Amino acid sequence: MNANAITADLALPKTPAGPARLRWLASDAWVLAKRNFSHIRQIPEKLFDVTLQPIMFVLLFAYVFGGVIAVPGGGDYHEYLIGGILVQTLVFGLMGPGTSIATDLGEGIIDRFTSLPMSRPAYLIGHLTAEFAATVLAIAIMVFSGLIVGWGISSSVLEAAAGFGLLMLLAITMIWVGTLIGVLVRSADAVQGIAFVTVFPLTFVANTFVPVSGLPEGLRQVAEYNPVSCWAAMTRTLFGNPTALPANAAWPLEHPVVAGLIWCVAILTIVVPITLRSFRRRTTG
Amino acid sequence: MNQDIHTSHAVVAEGLGKRYGEQWALRDFDLKVPTGSVLGLLGHNGAGKTTAIRILTTLAAPTEGSAKVAGHDVVSDPNGVRDQIGLTSQAATVDGLMSGFANLEMIGRLYHLPRKVARARAKELLAELQLEEAGERLVKDYSGGMRRRLDLAASLVASPPVLFLDEPTTGLDPESRNELWDLLRQLVGGGTTLILTTQYLEEADQLADEVVLLDHGKIVATGSPVQLKARHGGERVVVTVEEIDDLGPVAQALEKVAAGTPEIDQEGLFVAAPASESTRLIEVVRALEDGGIDAHDVRRREATLDDVFFSLTSPRIRAASTNGNQPTDREEAAA
Repeated sequence: MNANAITADLALPKTPAGPARLRWLASDAWVLAKRNFSHIRQIPEKLFDVTLQPIMFVLLFAYVFGGVIAVPGGGDYHEYLIGGILVQTLVFGLMGPGTSIATDLGEGIIDRFTSLPMSRPAYLIGHLTAEFAATVLAIAIMVFSGLIVGWGISSSVLEAAAGFGLLMLLAITMIWVGTLIGVLVRSADAVQGIAFVTVFPLTFVANTFVPVSGLPEGLRQVAEYNPVSCWAAMTRTLFGNPTALPANAAWPLEHPVVAGLIWCVAILTIVVPITLRSFRRRTTG
Repeated sequence: MNQDIHTSHAVVAEGLGKRYGEQWALRDFDLKVPTGSVLGLLGHNGAGKTTAIRILTTLAAPTEGSAKVAGHDVVSDPNGVRDQIGLTSQAATVDGLMSGFANLEMIGRLYHLPRKVARARAKELLAELQLEEAGERLVKDYSGGMRRRLDLAASLVASPPVLFLDEPTTGLDPESRNELWDLLRQLVGGGTTLILTTQYLEEADQLADEVVLLDHGKIVATGSPVQLKARHGGERVVVTVEEIDDLGPVAQALEKVAAGTPEIDQEGLFVAAPASESTRLIEVVRALEDGGIDAHDVRRREATLDDVFFSLTSPRIRAASTNGNQPTDREEAAA
C-alpha cells in the first residue's frame, strides 16, 4: 500500500465570496438531493405512500363507496372525490420527509455531513428538493388517475393554474411539517406512528370523501373548521368541481381559497423557524 | 493563546466544558496535540470522549472554554476547521443505500472537488483500502470490517491533516483491527495528526504517543502509554469470593501480602491488589486460610484498563459497575 496516495496533497477550492457562494449552495444541495433520489431507486416502496396509496384510495372510493355516496346539490361523485384525495395525499406526504430525516438524524451520516465544509443550509435544501419532487410526481399520478375515472378540470386556465400553485404550496407546507416531526422524534417508526394517529382522523373527519352535511352534529363543526376540508374545498373550487357545501357553512368553507392560503402561510410561519432551530440544535448543539 | 503554538500543535484546547442539562459531560478539558502525533482519548462509555471529539469537530458547541484545530477556532470559524479535518464517528458515517464509490464521490463533491477529481479520488481510495471490487456494491451489504474501511476512506477524501476517529476498532475482529492499525500507522507516517478514542488500553498502547485518560468528563491522567502503565499498571492478584461478606476479610488478608492497597469490587465479588514480583500466590492462599476465608478463585493477571482507572479514579470500594453512564457519588464528590 502506498501511504502517499492516501495522504495525497489535494488542493481544496477556497470558499468563494458573494454570489459564487450561492453556486456552492446550489451544487451542495443538488448533490444531497441526488442522494435521496438514489434511495428511492434502491427502495421504490419509499414512494408507495405518494403513488400507489392514492391510486388505491381513488379506486376504493370511486367504485366501492361511490355508488352509495350522493353529492348534495348535484354533481358527479368522481368529480367531487379527486380534490379530496389530492389533498389527502399531500397531507399524508408529511410521512416521507419525516421518516427520511429521522433516519438520517438517528445515524452517524448526519455527523459526516455536518463535519464537511459544505454550505450549511445545503442538507435541508437538498432534502426539501427531493421530497418536493416526490410530491410533484404524486400530484401528476393523482391527476392522471383522476382523469381515468371521469374527473376533469372545468374552470378557467387561470383558476386551474392557481389550483396547482396552491396544491404545491400545500405540499411544501406538509413537507416542512413532516421535517419538523422527523427532527423532533427519535426514530422513523415514531414518525409513522405519529403520522397515522394524527393524519388519519384529520383527513377523514373532513369533507375529503363525503360531504360534511351528512356528518352528525358536533363532528360536522369539527369537519367544517378542519383545514383539510378547507383545502379540499379550495381545490374543488379552483378546478371547477362540485363542492357540495351546505348553506351557511363555516367561514373557511365559504372562502376556501383565501382560507386555504392563510392556513398554509400560518403553518409555515410557525413550523419553519422551529424546524431550523431544532435541526441546528440536534446537529451542532 | 500565542500564535506559535498553533503552528506546532494541530489541536489546542483550553478549559473546554460541555453541559447537557444539569450534567457536565466534559469539564476543564485541556489538550495540546503536537502536529503529526497520535493522541489516544481513553475512557469508558460516558467518560466524555465522544463529547470531546464532537466539540473539536464542530458537531457540538462548547459550554465553556475554547479550542483551535489546525489553527482555526471551532466556534468562530467552524468551516475553517471542517476544511482541515476528517471524522469517523462510532455509528456508520456512510450511506448504506449507496455504493462505496457513490459515497466517496458524494463526499468529494461536498468538499467542492470538481467532479472528475472527486471520482478519481474515490477510485484511488477504494484501491488503497482494498475495496476496489466492492466499490459498486451497496454499502449495506458490506462486512463490518469493509464498512469501517469505507468510513475511514470517507474521512480521507480531502487528505485532511487532522483525523478524528471515535472508537475506530470497536466491533472489529482481531484481524481487521490489526489491518486498521497498520493503515493508521501509515497515515501517521505520512504526517497526519491522529486523535482517536478507545476503551482499550492495548489500542492506545499500540498507536498513541500520548494518552489522555477521561473519567466522568474529567481528565484523570495524561502521559505516554509506558508512563501510564508504569505508574498505575503492573500485575494484579485477584481473589474472587462467593459471599459479599467475605470481601472485607479478603481485603484485610491481601493487605498483608500484596504490594499495594487492595481494591474491592462489590459487583464482581472480587478483591484486586497490585502484585510485585515477590508476591507469591501461595502466600496469598495461606493468608486467606489464616483468616478462615473460603476463596472461590485466586490468580494473578496483567493490569487492565479497569485497574488503571480504579487506582486513579475511585476510593477503595467501587460499588457501581464500571459503566460510567450513571452519575455516582464519586462524581459529585469530585465536582
